[in-house]
Amino acid sequence: MERPEPAAAALGAQPRANGCSGAAHGALRNGYVRGLPAPDTQINHIVHNGGLYKRPFNEAFEETPMLVAVLTYVGYGVLTLFGYLRDFMRQWKIEKCQNATEREEQKDFVPLYQDFENFYTRNLYMRIRDSWNRPICSVPGAKVDMMERVSHDYNWTFKYTGRVIKDIINMGSYNYLGFAQNAGTCQEAAAKVLSQYGAGVCSTRQEMGNLDKHEELEKLVARFLGVESAMAYGMGFATNSMNIPALVGKGCLILSDELNHASLVLGARLSGATIRIFKHNNMQSLEKLLKDAIVHGQPRTRRPWKKILILVEGVYSMEGSIVRLPEVIALKKKYKSYLYLDEAHSIGALGPSGRGVVEYFGLNPEDVDVMMGTFTKSFGAAGGYIGGKKELIDYLRTYSHSAVYATSLSPPVVEQIITSMKCIMGEDGTTVGKARVQQLAENTRYFRRRLKEMGFIIYGNEDSPVVPLMLYMPAKIGAFGREMLKRNIGVVVVGFPATPIIESRARFCLSAAHTKEMLDMALKVIDEVGDLLQLKYSRHRLVPLLDRPFDETTYEETED
Amino acid sequence: MDIKSMKNYLYWLYCQFELITCSYLMEPWEKLLFYTFNITMLIMVLYTAYVFVPVHISMAFQFFLQLFGNQHENTVSVVK
Repeated sequence: MERPEPAAAALGAQPRANGCSGAAHGALRNGYVRGLPAPDTQINHIVHNGGLYKRPFNEAFEETPMLVAVLTYVGYGVLTLFGYLRDFMRQWKIEKCQNATEREEQKDFVPLYQDFENFYTRNLYMRIRDSWNRPICSVPGAKVDMMERVSHDYNWTFKYTGRVIKDIINMGSYNYLGFAQNAGTCQEAAAKVLSQYGAGVCSTRQEMGNLDKHEELEKLVARFLGVESAMAYGMGFATNSMNIPALVGKGCLILSDELNHASLVLGARLSGATIRIFKHNNMQSLEKLLKDAIVHGQPRTRRPWKKILILVEGVYSMEGSIVRLPEVIALKKKYKSYLYLDEAHSIGALGPSGRGVVEYFGLNPEDVDVMMGTFTKSFGAAGGYIGGKKELIDYLRTYSHSAVYATSLSPPVVEQIITSMKCIMGEDGTTVGKARVQQLAENTRYFRRRLKEMGFIIYGNEDSPVVPLMLYMPAKIGAFGREMLKRNIGVVVVGFPATPIIESRARFCLSAAHTKEMLDMALKVIDEVGDLLQLKYSRHRLVPLLDRPFDETTYEETED
Repeated sequence: MDIKSMKNYLYWLYCQFELITCSYLMEPWEKLLFYTFNITMLIMVLYTAYVFVPVHISMAFQFFLQLFGNQHENTVSVVK
């Protein structure tokens, strides 16, 4: 694939390189440009990047309104003051201290618990803790049952009232294709395998834990992805954190996206390679890092890097954005580096037949060196896989920590994955899989469009099934979770430290199991709660995302 | 009906204040402390305004009057 040529006069305005707008135009975050004509029209990137994109790439991150940012800081300031007051009272025993402390005899020793670091946990998280760790007591499908809890001491301890809240519309589970079911073909197949093989494997893959079911699964996964070979592991997080150290080591370079998941970050740090971060989804930043790496080599000795590995994700679950895969692949080929693509949220959820972000962009799976993904989200099971060339997978079978030390996948789980994957591919003889993929795409478009029309600030790409709705203020995090539960909708709210401190959000995960009535009901409730809590911050200055102009002084380098 | 919708609107405004200043998350005694402090500050500001603002306005008015008064005399002398 040829490298992206600078496109001239794409918009009929002055010529811009690579679709960038100059900084003189007052570009905002992520390439927002003020004052473009007709802000609600799509600007196709087809012309901008030399024909790399076959379809329009609509990603938007509306800027935080200034008043909202100021008020959010005010809210955090008030909470900090009260946090200091409460800590003072706890220190001087005016109030009972309910978090972990050492025993009396150990008070003179080196402190075991870092008091100040948990300031945020003690003084903010505890106040809104009832929105997390909610116990559910049914299968997490489109509707879920939840056990009701109350707290009499402001969320330090909970008690169950004994009542079960039934039929809560579940907008928080990663159930993209609706395979989290306790009835149907997947469940029957898994039950049969359970009665045949039992639940435990009692060994690792390398010893006695390599079942014929695992071999069957791996052949199926390789066929599904369009790669030569694949290997499956018992835990998605462990797939990343245990396999990246097997692939790279000291003397290698890892270029990792700013907003990568904790498993990728952990794996990169464990490997001992040098890590450099590029700005989220920003190809100019990545290209600059690649150029510098090739030109300057390793820091002191100037030797060339042994390997350069680019770590990206298919769909970023906190932002709802999709990676610019055509450009990443073009860069990777130009600078001869390797690509590790983590498709945890995009496998099954993107692409016309659910094969992930590679199919979504119409690219060749052989261009991605290591395709990683998880079975947790779209297949209703647990575990992860890595797909790629046969030599790579054979190497990983011997050298990966997961293969040597971790217990292999449990047989009923493997059967669930096999059945659901065959369903998606259409090999079970029905069109159920295809219908689900299409239903998810429709639900995504409908839900996002309706929320934007209502006036909420929604981040991310038009086609991603993860929908973050911005809340910003700390009190609204707790209020949103509680108000939605009162109206029988279960949502996941996220705050610091998973997101930047003022950008707290509610994250909806759409599912093929959601019918239009359920979505309409959810939208009605979100509308109501949005008016009640005044969450409709959007000023409709939605400008389609252009390639952002690269500012030479803003990228950072971290050497580990 | 108008009173009821007005009361609802005022209650909604109070809820917004609670959410923005995070007093929604506070325990009752913390809320008491916070509101006492805020209302005390507010009363002090209003009292200061009540006492000092008329005096300041009249001083400013006199200053500007003097300024224009002098100018008027000067122009009159030039014309003469």
